[in-house]
Amino acid sequence: MKHRTFFWFFLPTGLAMLLFIALPILSVLLQSVHTPHEAVLITSESCGPFGCSENTTIDHDATRKLKSTEPMGRFVGLNIYFDRAHLAVDQVSDAWRTTDNFSTFFGEISDLPFYRAMGFTLTYTFTVTPLLIILGLMIALSVNSLHRHLKGLVIFFSLLPMIVTPLIGSLILFWMFDSRGILGSFLQWLAQDPDLSLKASTLHTWIMLIIYGVWHGAPFAFVVFYAGLQTLPQDQIESAQIDGASRWEQVRFVVIPHLMPLVTFVALIQLMDNFRVFEPIVGFNAEAHATSLSWIIFNDLGGETRQLSAAATTSVMTILGVAILLSPVLLRAWRDFKEKK
Amino acid sequence: MLKRPLLIAGAALFMSSFAADACDISARVSIVGNEFPAIQTVGAGAQKCVGGEVAANLTADHQKINVAGMSGNPAEYTSAIIANSSIVALMNEDVIRPIDELVAKHGQGLKKNQLITINGKIMAVAFMANAQHLIYREDVLKKAGVQAPETYEEMLAAAQKIRAAGIMENPVGGAYKSGWNLAQEFNNMFLGFGGEHFKAGSSQPNVNSDAGIKALEMMKSLSEYMNPDFLTHDSNATNAEFRAGNVALMNMWGSRAATLLDADGISQDVKDGFNSAGPMTVGGGSIAASTLWWDGWTVAKNISDAEAESTFIAMMNGINPAILNDPEIAKQAVWLLDGYKPTDAARGVFAAAQMNTIPYPMLPYMGLMHSALGAELSDFMQGKETAEKALSDVEAAYRASATEKGFM
Repeated sequence: MKHRTFFWFFLPTGLAMLLFIALPILSVLLQSVHTPHEAVLITSESCGPFGCSENTTIDHDATRKLKSTEPMGRFVGLNIYFDRAHLAVDQVSDAWRTTDNFSTFFGEISDLPFYRAMGFTLTYTFTVTPLLIILGLMIALSVNSLHRHLKGLVIFFSLLPMIVTPLIGSLILFWMFDSRGILGSFLQWLAQDPDLSLKASTLHTWIMLIIYGVWHGAPFAFVVFYAGLQTLPQDQIESAQIDGASRWEQVRFVVIPHLMPLVTFVALIQLMDNFRVFEPIVGFNAEAHATSLSWIIFNDLGGETRQLSAAATTSVMTILGVAILLSPVLLRAWRDFKEKK
Repeated sequence: MLKRPLLIAGAALFMSSFAADACDISARVSIVGNEFPAIQTVGAGAQKCVGGEVAANLTADHQKINVAGMSGNPAEYTSAIIANSSIVALMNEDVIRPIDELVAKHGQGLKKNQLITINGKIMAVAFMANAQHLIYREDVLKKAGVQAPETYEEMLAAAQKIRAAGIMENPVGGAYKSGWNLAQEFNNMFLGFGGEHFKAGSSQPNVNSDAGIKALEMMKSLSEYMNPDFLTHDSNATNAEFRAGNVALMNMWGSRAATLLDADGISQDVKDGFNSAGPMTVGGGSIAASTLWWDGWTVAKNISDAEAESTFIAMMNGINPAILNDPEIAKQAVWLLDGYKPTDAARGVFAAAQMNTIPYPMLPYMGLMHSALGAELSDFMQGKETAEKALSDVEAAYRASATEKGFM
């Protein structure tokens, strides 16, 4: 393609990307290195239904003056990145100096909001993604071998978990796993323990969230793999059969290599999605046991006093996290591309 | 022959008598607020006004959207219904206007204690009071042979007896959901033990103290008698446990207690046994382990004067004392309106006011403290760390956020 043609062809997409991707990221970056001005506080009397009292309030005239001279707020560089709510540099180095073995060190670290969130997010991402790829592949293989009259119906039902809104889906599972819910009661009966409560234990909450993640993500993997199976070269399968390959060997040596590019694709999308895990934490009321970067952003913005700089910083760190996670896959794609050239 | 004119005259008479207490506005009104029965009543009253569009967005997520919705110019919301905690965010961001002139012009019938005055200017009109107080099952307590507790220590003893008698496994209810609710329960207990959130006259945190540790230990002891899922239970879920007959003692909001039994499928035992009392004290203190609240409405700053006037008139119509003639509405809240006579359901909140309960602090940095408490206390409640460690985490988290917001 000529460069000129390419330019005009790409322009609309490029503009949209600039507007909806580059500018917001730039704005978040800027917000993360600025904080609100020092509050100018005054003491004054405030009165209400329960009498009067001396109270501290913000001096708006003084604050407005500060704001008009420097509308972006105070420039603080990377201070917010290093504070306790984020990378917690001081606390981590303190913990490093004062602890003498790794388990107490990690105990101290996991008490800090960012590392606690990363602990869960990474565990979630790296268990859910492979599990849902395996499960998706299994569903795709079984659906593909069904009689053609049954296929449509089974495909529809297998897709349901993906169609259900994540928040609703997690709420449904949350109530089913409740100690008075159908699954919770069943587990109590199974374990012969009437006090068993999945929501009261961190380990069980994590397992619940991971099961939810696999349940919700598997249909996506299934659809992609199922589409891939339709392009499977029949002659290769037939020759494998003539060579005496068992069903497992056919899958292992013919089907999976054929689907490999799709596996990379699903892994890429799901790594990104799972790293941003959010809805199940809200739906399962799991914040006492599990948090994620997205949940921290939500929490910073949802308090009575909004912390925009803290939320912006966590957003930038989420973008960096996704970039790091995807880098091996992207590097591989880039190498393949170069080789083909 | 006379029928038609008579009908018209009759209709006109009817309309005019209606118009006498209907309200006329000239500009747009848009309300954002929490959703519980009393606020819905106020919103519906404001929407009766004619002459301009009156929109009401009442949602439990109101405080996530009210500042954003009032920051623009012109503001999307012309009025926010808030409480003494949430007015702080609006004051901090300077998005509400002083309403002294509007009160003078249209505020006849407002009582002086309804006017929220900050720094000499009227910033809000309060219409109801609220507090958390004891709700209990009289029948269950009688069966266990105990009186309604007046202190948290008595509550623990009562819970122990109820469990020992095999009446209920987890007789105590509490909105201990990690986050805002858990922090609020800590505030109650902390104030009850005589604690102060900040060092006098400064924004320096002061929760890692004797009172803080005692408050956490009391909460931990209470949680032993709660449903093991307590860290996921907000006040809705706690009420559901009470309605289902699983809970005999709980510290609950007055605004929710009044309508607690207005749901389907509540057994007769729960209905008959329901009773309420004032808030409890703790640790031999004389201050109730609870906080006093008011709910009121404000007028946005970034709107035209015509819109501000219409908003004021419409909101005044929402809190027209005439609404108290409906007994269902009268019992929805402890109304601060002229002519309100306390109903049975108001007993707990009135007791709280008489016990010199401390109003929830209206400090610019209290919201940050509340968030820090909500995020850091759940580890202690799960037994993962000591009370001292949890409280020092709270102070560290608060310091980080207060530094960011320019309060330190």
